[in-house]
Amino acid sequence: MRKAFCDALVELAEEERFFFLTGDLGFMALEPLQRALGSRFINAGVAEQNMVSVAAGMARAGAKPWVYSIAPFCYARPFEQIRNDLCLNGLGVRLVGNGGGYSYGSMGATHHALEDYGVLSALQGLRTYLPAFDADLRPMVRALAARAAPSYLRLGRSELEEEGGLPPYSAWRCLQRGGAGVIVVAGPIAGGLWRATRDRAAAERPALWVVSELGGEGPPMAVPHALLDAIATAPALGLVEEHVAPGGLGQQLLHALALGGQRLPRVVHAHARGYPSGRYGSQNWHRHECGLDVPAILRQLSAGRA
Amino acid sequence: MTAPRPARLDLAELPQLVRQARRRLLRMHYESRIGHLGGNLSALDVLMTLHHHVMEGADRFILSKGHAAGALYVTLWSLGLLGDEDLQTFHADGTLLAGHPVPGWSEHIPFATGSLGHGFPVALGMALARHLNGEPGQVYCLTSDGEWQEGATWEALIFWAHRRLKNLSVLVDVNGLQGFGTTREVASMDQIGARVEAFGIDAYHVDGHDVRAVAATVRAHPGAVILLHTVKGKGVSFMENRMEWHYLPLSDAEYAAALAELDRP
Repeated sequence: MRKAFCDALVELAEEERFFFLTGDLGFMALEPLQRALGSRFINAGVAEQNMVSVAAGMARAGAKPWVYSIAPFCYARPFEQIRNDLCLNGLGVRLVGNGGGYSYGSMGATHHALEDYGVLSALQGLRTYLPAFDADLRPMVRALAARAAPSYLRLGRSELEEEGGLPPYSAWRCLQRGGAGVIVVAGPIAGGLWRATRDRAAAERPALWVVSELGGEGPPMAVPHALLDAIATAPALGLVEEHVAPGGLGQQLLHALALGGQRLPRVVHAHARGYPSGRYGSQNWHRHECGLDVPAILRQLSAGRA
Repeated sequence: MTAPRPARLDLAELPQLVRQARRRLLRMHYESRIGHLGGNLSALDVLMTLHHHVMEGADRFILSKGHAAGALYVTLWSLGLLGDEDLQTFHADGTLLAGHPVPGWSEHIPFATGSLGHGFPVALGMALARHLNGEPGQVYCLTSDGEWQEGATWEALIFWAHRRLKNLSVLVDVNGLQGFGTTREVASMDQIGARVEAFGIDAYHVDGHDVRAVAATVRAHPGAVILLHTVKGKGVSFMENRMEWHYLPLSDAEYAAALAELDRP
């Protein structure tokens, strides 16, 4: 998604108040943006706390800053700077974390981001953006650029080589209707699930919904009526995210459904589980270990079905 | 609150105004039964000097040592930007005048502060944006001395030295006492100036209670760290250089004794 992200930002480079700060990352990816922005592209060095606070000061002075790093160095290292300098002061700074979930795979656990949007969506006024496809980046980047409050964008890797046929971007999207349960997904796993099921007969495939924005408005989240209707008649509800259970999409959605008095079918939640075996590998290896690979998700959804 | 800053005051008039502010600061803390006086009294002279004499229209001030909020509120009161009725809400339920500055109500308080190590880097960001946009105005930031134990402060110093921004002035209230000991005992922090200079930023020393010297030093050296050598609890002899006045509220007898001392010529 980094290329789509970079391309989308380059389109905005004419905006004079647009500044981009990186924590010394983006080599062989963000050079087009660096060329487009000139002195407004700032390598703030390996000092993420300072970078976030500097961005806060720039926003207070009227600038529209973006802050970029590998996801954990973007949200975990400078957490208090995000909470105090951005959120308490209500400043429009856009945080961008590359490598959501297990994206950095065998680089090791320090580089994974398993609790980013749960932690951040607990902060006042901060909205998190979770692209599922490369095509989401252009509308998302424009939404973030226009936003006057703090935002976090979690970049991953699209699982579709060809993204034709997707519905237009929105915070809640129905990719397909189906009779074999409802799956609600955050992030790029949506692409893998869609590819694996879209050619099945409607009665044999799950309905597939993608959620791309969380937090920023306070709970409970506003769930679309069409999704509520689908859940009401579904034999099972699957919640899927490459994020730990606490604070994630699953908990936030179930909280909203419970407060709304929604009757629930059987619920399964596929989510990141850390490092159950204490061993490390590729992103797909970690997904498999947590039951987050596409076959495992579909098995969990259909388990117990007559 | 968007009232403009009043016209600059002559330095000769400032000591008398500072005395009034010191009395008002004690009264505010006494009436609200709140401590934290020591670090407010050490910072009051520089806050008054900056706001009454040094700063101009586009200049901005950020209080990184947020626990000196009382001294900042009293300074804004002395400028006519806050009233007695405002100061009477200090620490009260429903107040905007919390023990550490809260956001969103005064252009003279651009940031909520209180967790140490934040004010310097946000001031740096304001100065950077102004520099890159070719906008005027100096950004002043007051830190504590203990605050220089925070890593983010040194991250900011590295970035500042690299960018060489002249439109930022960082002042340090070197009162030598922190939360649970002297800065010398806790972290050997009596060499801040030499350490700052080793990072490539000039450091200047001045008596932080000599308003004339403070004004001259700050104006002569934009883009530098100014080390204000101060006395914690300044002006009240039984508070001066005493650890407990980082925290304690004033009793009736102590308040009376403090006022009597401030009234002496």
